[in-house]
Amino acid sequence: MSPQIIDFLNIIFLGFLVVIAIAVSYVRDLLYAAILLGAYSVTMALIWLLMSAPDLAITEAAAGIGMTTLMIAVISKTGREEE
Amino acid sequence: MSDFVLKRVVALLLPFVQMFGLYVIFHGHLSPGGSFSGGIIVGLGMIAFSLVFGLEKGSEKLTERTTTLIESFGTLWYGAMGLVGVLRGSSFLMNKGSGVPLGEPGKLYSGGLILLITLGVGLKVASTMVTLFNALMEEED
Repeated sequence: MSPQIIDFLNIIFLGFLVVIAIAVSYVRDLLYAAILLGAYSVTMALIWLLMSAPDLAITEAAAGIGMTTLMIAVISKTGREEE
Repeated sequence: MSDFVLKRVVALLLPFVQMFGLYVIFHGHLSPGGSFSGGIIVGLGMIAFSLVFGLEKGSEKLTERTTTLIESFGTLWYGAMGLVGVLRGSSFLMNKGSGVPLGEPGKLYSGGLILLITLGVGLKVASTMVTLFNALMEEED
């Protein structure tokens, strides 16, 4: 890929990252917040891949999905709606 | 969570997920990935099983005693592999300098002791993920 395309994709993904990070703090339903965090880590994995760090991309994807699953486990104990 | 489609899909996917996790663990020195990411993938396969089929059935397959044993075994395995260098008259965790055959470059066995050390770390990470999940999901009395 040419450097212009990589820059363009980087800007798109970083903007997406900021949007997700703001949305997580505004969403009231905790299950949606956990799923949005999963989307955050997948976007971060794509950014690592663009920076030619596939090792970090695999770790980010696996650890992000793992943390999301553990958060869903916690939510099933406490209740979905934030007070 | 007792859905028919979920149960069948997880039962079909689980062997492939575990196989991919073991692949990532064993090819840590050749391709992207390694013991940490591979161990998380193996652990997530087990977590998916107990999330869909219920915690009781999951703990039947992999009891708390087994995960504790695997966790301790992973740490001890790392130490034992480090002692190979000491026993052969060199320093701790020494790989090539202690006379371990390195194998052909590019093949699966090309890193000496790294393959065996990675296996121990991957097992430890996988059982730690399962232990974390079980501790969070257990009923409080």
